Amino acid sequence: MSLAALTLHEAGEKLRSREISSVELTEAVFQRIAETDDKIHAYITLAKDAALEQARRADQQLMRNEITSPLLGIPLALKDNFLTCGLRTTCASKILGDFIPPYDATTVQKLRHAGAVISGKTNLDEFAMGSSAENSAFFPTRNPWNLQRIPGGSSGGSAAAVAADQCIAALGTDTGGSIRQPAACCGIVGLKPTYGRVSRYGIIAFASSMDQVGPLTKDVRDCAMLLEAIAGQDPADSTSVNRPVPRYTEALTGDVRGIRLGIPREYFVAGIQPEVEQAVRAAIRQLEKNGAVVEEISLPHTEFAVAVYYIVATAEASSNLARYDGMRFGHRAQAKDLTDTYMISRDEGFGAEVKRRIMLGTYALSAGYYDAYYLKAQRVRALIKHDFDEAFKRCDVIVTPTAPTTAFKIGEKTEDPLQMYLSDIYTISINLAGLPALSLPCGFDPDEMPIGMQIIGKHFDESTILRVAHGYEQATQWHKKKPKMEDR
Amino acid sequence: MNYETVIGLEVHAQLLTESKIFCGCSTEFGREPNHNTCPVCAGFPGVLPVLNKKVVEFAIKAGLATHCEIARSSVLARKNYFYPDLPKGYQISQYELPICTGGYIDLELNGAAKRVRLTRIHMEEDAGKNIHDAHGDASLVDLNRAGVPLLEIVSEPELRTAAEAGAYLRTLRAILQYLGICDGNMEEGSFRCDANVSVRPEGSETLGTKIEIKNLNSFKAVERAIEFEVERQIATLAEGGKLIQQTRLWDENREETRSMRSKESAHDYRYFPDPDLLPLVIDSQWINEVRAELPELPAARRGRFMSQYSLSDYDADLLTSRKDVADYFEAALKTHVNPKILSNWIVGDLFRVLKERRLDEQFYIECWPIPAQHLAEMVQLIDQGKISGRIAKSVFEAMLDSGKAPWQIVSERGLEQVSDIGSIESAIDQVLAANAKQVAQFKSGNDKVFGFLVGQVMKATQGRANPKKVNELLREKLNGGV
Amino acid sequence: MKITREEVQRVALLARLRLTPEEESQLTEQLDHILGYMEKLDELDTSNVEPFSHAVDAVNAVREDIVTNRPNADALLANAPDRDATYFKVPKIIE
Repeated sequence: MSLAALTLHEAGEKLRSREISSVELTEAVFQRIAETDDKIHAYITLAKDAALEQARRADQQLMRNEITSPLLGIPLALKDNFLTCGLRTTCASKILGDFIPPYDATTVQKLRHAGAVISGKTNLDEFAMGSSAENSAFFPTRNPWNLQRIPGGSSGGSAAAVAADQCIAALGTDTGGSIRQPAACCGIVGLKPTYGRVSRYGIIAFASSMDQVGPLTKDVRDCAMLLEAIAGQDPADSTSVNRPVPRYTEALTGDVRGIRLGIPREYFVAGIQPEVEQAVRAAIRQLEKNGAVVEEISLPHTEFAVAVYYIVATAEASSNLARYDGMRFGHRAQAKDLTDTYMISRDEGFGAEVKRRIMLGTYALSAGYYDAYYLKAQRVRALIKHDFDEAFKRCDVIVTPTAPTTAFKIGEKTEDPLQMYLSDIYTISINLAGLPALSLPCGFDPDEMPIGMQIIGKHFDESTILRVAHGYEQATQWHKKKPKMEDR
Repeated sequence: MNYETVIGLEVHAQLLTESKIFCGCSTEFGREPNHNTCPVCAGFPGVLPVLNKKVVEFAIKAGLATHCEIARSSVLARKNYFYPDLPKGYQISQYELPICTGGYIDLELNGAAKRVRLTRIHMEEDAGKNIHDAHGDASLVDLNRAGVPLLEIVSEPELRTAAEAGAYLRTLRAILQYLGICDGNMEEGSFRCDANVSVRPEGSETLGTKIEIKNLNSFKAVERAIEFEVERQIATLAEGGKLIQQTRLWDENREETRSMRSKESAHDYRYFPDPDLLPLVIDSQWINEVRAELPELPAARRGRFMSQYSLSDYDADLLTSRKDVADYFEAALKTHVNPKILSNWIVGDLFRVLKERRLDEQFYIECWPIPAQHLAEMVQLIDQGKISGRIAKSVFEAMLDSGKAPWQIVSERGLEQVSDIGSIESAIDQVLAANAKQVAQFKSGNDKVFGFLVGQVMKATQGRANPKKVNELLREKLNGGV
Repeated sequence: MKITREEVQRVALLARLRLTPEEESQLTEQLDHILGYMEKLDELDTSNVEPFSHAVDAVNAVREDIVTNRPNADALLANAPDRDATYFKVPKIIE
């Protein structure tokens, strides 16, 4: 078995016991990438030389027994909306041209400081806008479980890379489900932390009030470890909170006795693929067997979440993307005057989905429509958050499917944008309310496509989520299955 | 038909903080282009703003000094538009919930008092600078200024004449200077003003078409532009023409306002609360802390100058209209107490020199050509009878830029007043002997020739004779003995 | 019609996006469809609901007034499409 198939905690143990070196581990990962990425296309940019250099330094530290972090010497992949100093960052868009950031995102700095090895930048839907990685300006990433299917989005590249052992773990971002849904599609673990838990500084912004950085990993323990390494307040991010970071790994007790699982009736309605519902309900029964208690709850404003999200997120994005104007960096078109330069640079640089969302967002904020759209949406958002506040009085975590279907075929939903938006129904409310949520595998459908279960927690209670997820995972074998990387 | 003028003023004051409003770049003026920039103020991908606490304090100070209500809860909002000097494609400003509202400024104009209410004061970031016409087909952008903190101060449209507008600006500027939050330099752009001008038939309650005037680079320009614009508007209406709501630029050379080239019809700024910034909650404790730090404000200082130094309100007004002048005056008083005479020298001779040297907009007394202490010492010499008022004029000129103390100059040039009777009498004797004709004229009743004889005595003593004594003794000699 | 072609053009100008006539048609149709879906929100009476403002409960995230940045114009200009010494060079701006 390739070293690349190790989990983070397994690899860490072997590195610290000097059974393997970071250089060996890194080379195994790049070997794996070389073998598989022409099928999967998870990576936009590889950073092999720099990675090996980082690995060598990590080995020196390991040799001297200077173990500063569990991430020391571990190859990690980063979604290409993380700014990496000296390493091309594209956001899967043409508009950034050959942009090479002169600074690191805070999260990236933390990883470097911990001695992690960065293998490269993974593919995403352009500007994180999408649920399939098909909106990348470069190429679609393919699901390692079936190369004809999407890996999910927008962190499709990171999810596929983890599932295919093209890295030991990865980081992504989640604005409407962009970590959880790809994790579900690819049969891995993905966590969106509470809004404000992890710094957003140096992450290319999409929807500022919802974006969060989070781990994509092979199992729950890895997820806890990675979260612990990146969480914490950042003075450069006004929206990051001053709360101590718990030792999340200590939550991995496997004990779910007495934990109240809220099951929202609105999440189990028509439109859900039958196997998905069956798998999630079976998972809930498994948890009950181990002592958890089921509570029927209601999140009555669920049906309005997609509308709210696509007004507020696009409004924020339309403003956040104004800086991509060809003036100081990125692509600049040759045009006859200033206005044309703006318009053509942005036309040439942005893909169709990005343009669509910018248009929608600009409209929602424009004079005469602000009250009817943006303000209205923010009021309904308050109602959605209130739903969760009420529900959490009666349960400790909420359990739902992560997505209504398993990964669909590449090209299947690109005709109707609204259809694509509606597939985010289970993940979106969580971002609107700023809650933490995790997806982990809970089965497969008849086509052997992975099914994901979502566990939603109270604000800053990632520990309980991890506890429940870990408890479930240890009672099952889903996380041990590996994709075959075939066309089917 | 008689028209009434309605003027509202919008002032942007650059704040004297060390660092910018949302990042740790320096606000220092005059650095090489893009030297004081970072990814945050240059609007690079992935960056986030963090609010400078001092900007909030300065805003609270300005609000307290103008009797505003300080908002308990205040929000920063994005104002979205595209321009090369606006790197993020939006300006972070305040919209629905500004930090200060209400408030007023009391003016005095020609002895009459007037209270002008403020609509609001809010915080925002400055844009960078575009340099035009450097190349034929390009412009150059310097983002050093992008992110420098500004306060926008908006008055209600309660000003009625150009002179009132000037008085309002001077009063507001003095307040900001006294607070130490802005240096108020219109020429250098740290204190900017746009004027909104409209006219309406006298007695009418509805507002006329509002026209905004920009590119006003001095107080004089503000007043002249308003006068021009009012005339233009009235003339247009008198001819039966219509006024369109627009923005006009003041052309300093041609002394007229002209319409800006067609801009987008009414900007749609799509304001919304900035999700990257948290709400600002200002409790009474914070307000009280800031209130405790408020210095003596212009109106209070003026009143004190009148009562403490027995100055007229005219003099007190001149001395307190700028903080540096008031500081200079009181620094001088520490050396020698003669408020009236010192005041005369400052608002007379010193102001004249500053104006000649175009230093009258320099606001730091360290730049003034005579240190306060020296001016005071000079007045002291006059009071001690060591020099006459006339001699003092040459001492003053000699002090300019030389850095020399007055006593030093008097001694070097031998300017000390001659007051001893013996020397004066001998000079008088000399003059009388040399001017027998004039003596005879005087004795036959021609009093006018007395002045001539005094002049001759002063000349004989190189102007150093004590004029009073000369007068006394000369008269004695002419009237009395031989 | 929730949105007309003219409005799409107005919004495109505000957003500085050049659209081809086909894109205009397509977007008009798509946005119309999407905005039609958004009408769902009108089913809810939100007259007594305060708009959501922040997911975090904190306020007053401020920093001290100290200069912390070390100037580096070259790093900032390294990705500039066009520059002149330490200026960003951009198409001519006409007032």
